[in-house]
Amino acid sequence: MQARERLPAKGERILSLKGVSKRFGAVSALTEIELDVHAGEVVALVGDNGAGKSTLVKVLAGVHQPTEGTIEYMGRPVSFDTPASALEMGIATVFQDLALCENLDVVANLFLGHELSPWRLDEVQMEVRAWTLLKELAARIPSVREPVASLSGGQRQTVAIARSLLLDPRIILLDEPTAALGVAQTAEVLNLIERVRDRGLGVIIISHNMEDVRAVADRIVVLRLGRNNGVFTADTSHQDLVAAITGASENSVSRRQDRLQAEAGGAST
Amino acid sequence: MSGKPTLDRADARVRHDDSLKGAFREFTDRLRSGDLGMLPVIVGLILISVVFSTLNPVFLAPNNLVNLLFDCATVGVISLGIVCVLMLGEIDLSVGSMSGLASAMIGVLWVNAGVSLPLAILAALASGALIGALYATLYNRLGMPSFVSTLSGLLAILGLQLYILGPTGSINLPFASPLVGFGQLWILPAWLSYLLGALPAAVMVWVGLSVMKQRQAAGLSSQPLTRLMLKAVALTVALEGAIFYLHLGRGVPVMFALFVLLAVVLNYGLTRTQWGRSMFAVGGNKEAARRSGINVRRIYLSAFMLCSTLAALGGILSASRLASSSQQAGTGDVNLNAIAAAVIGGTSLFGGRGTAWSAVLGIIVIQAISNGLTLLNLSSSLRYMITGGVLAIAVIVDSLARQSRVSHGRG
Repeated sequence: MQARERLPAKGERILSLKGVSKRFGAVSALTEIELDVHAGEVVALVGDNGAGKSTLVKVLAGVHQPTEGTIEYMGRPVSFDTPASALEMGIATVFQDLALCENLDVVANLFLGHELSPWRLDEVQMEVRAWTLLKELAARIPSVREPVASLSGGQRQTVAIARSLLLDPRIILLDEPTAALGVAQTAEVLNLIERVRDRGLGVIIISHNMEDVRAVADRIVVLRLGRNNGVFTADTSHQDLVAAITGASENSVSRRQDRLQAEAGGAST
Repeated sequence: MSGKPTLDRADARVRHDDSLKGAFREFTDRLRSGDLGMLPVIVGLILISVVFSTLNPVFLAPNNLVNLLFDCATVGVISLGIVCVLMLGEIDLSVGSMSGLASAMIGVLWVNAGVSLPLAILAALASGALIGALYATLYNRLGMPSFVSTLSGLLAILGLQLYILGPTGSINLPFASPLVGFGQLWILPAWLSYLLGALPAAVMVWVGLSVMKQRQAAGLSSQPLTRLMLKAVALTVALEGAIFYLHLGRGVPVMFALFVLLAVVLNYGLTRTQWGRSMFAVGGNKEAARRSGINVRRIYLSAFMLCSTLAALGGILSASRLASSSQQAGTGDVNLNAIAAAVIGGTSLFGGRGTAWSAVLGIIVIQAISNGLTLLNLSSSLRYMITGGVLAIAVIVDSLARQSRVSHGRG
């Protein structure tokens, strides 16, 4: 808990992975990964299937322990033995399946496991804090007393992110936050990510959607076959990103594009 | 609602039903989406009283209703425990046997072995807690489905009951003892039952007003005062009316008051404490509850232990009601009645939904049917068939309501 005592200044390095490797038997899921996260920045982790993104998230969330390498958090080496210890230090994870209880209302879900006054639930105080938090995030939840089952996908994502913020984390990890969402809802979640960043938190976002990644990420870290394969900025061209992800400038995506261009060229002449 | 809207009323998309008409609209909306609440029970009770009182007017006689309440308390206490395990989407099929074992323990320890009564009661309750802990351990550590563990428990505990009763098979409890008096004779004094009848509304108004003040101070909307007062008045009239009618006969049994008290305590636990919130969460989505930092194993342990302990208490009450511990105690339809009562009252078999009051209302329905059929001199064969049919209907209503809730987005 000592690490939580002060808020990091904007731009200060919160989390730093040095040479982190994770092996499952003979398989190297991660090899010597380097990753820095600063306060008030959005870092996107991209990579193809099997690149090691999920393993890296699980290492950061305390689900897996790295085989080698060090994790520095707020300037001191740490180890996350359990999900609870990662959470306690200030790393909150929003998993892809959100893990909300559909039969409970928004307030109950936000405070689940951390209710105010356990022997005489302070519903009024919880509701006020829920509304205040949702207002700060400019989230459009119609009513916090409706069961979560009645909310849309984007609203549920908002509730899940708001819940992770309630524990006052320094870093939040979002696993595929926009994968199941429509156009408008995706935009709302991206806005939400920017507002979380503006509160001075470090955000790590995993996504397959290059458009979303480029829209919000300050840095894009590409993983390929469990290794770092370059760090890019949002204005890197799509081709370069795809080349880094697939590991070759000659890949199925570029071949398809070339074919389409050739067909278009052939049709015009 | 003029001027600046309160914190929770800023979104124009949500309709807020404040007026009486609004309250009615909210109620019909809820029904349509499959959130039936207490409605099936109330409809059922009206139907039952009309049918049985036309067949035999004795059914609605005050003293018959007093007997009905005595009978409700024994199985009703067991049903309170069933609410706890159903809430988690689990089941305990051995509550009947457990109540039989507790009843046998009272007879053997108290009457035969001469152990003092409080100690015998304590031992019976402790054995219930122990068996509940065993089920929870089998579930938590070995992943044994509660359906199977409690089904084997049903037989094993019944065996234990027969074993400790020995060849005599039946032990009569001394009729002059306070235990039998409690189960057969004790009635609340009239002034006390009228006072208790007024208590719920008083608490309702008091809590309602203080919540209203807190919410206004916090900038939240609060329910209109008239609605609170109307609810309180309606509740008081209904309760005092019922108490008045019962006092035309013998009055309100102390045993029934104990049952209601236990229901009140359980209701508080489920709705106003972190434990209750965790029960709903584990029943709704176990994985989500675990990731929120809830100790899921401890929740299962608490539910199974509570269920078996309440089953043991129900067994003690039935021993006092029948003034005997016998091989028949806890067999027959006790299991089914306890489970059916919880489901009829509105606790879902699928977990995550339910209230302590469902046990109270459900057991009144079940016992009313059983009592009415007995008055018609129908054999137990017919009684079993009819009670089985009622349970089937209750489960069908539960599944249909659940499908409707899912399609209306109400979890």
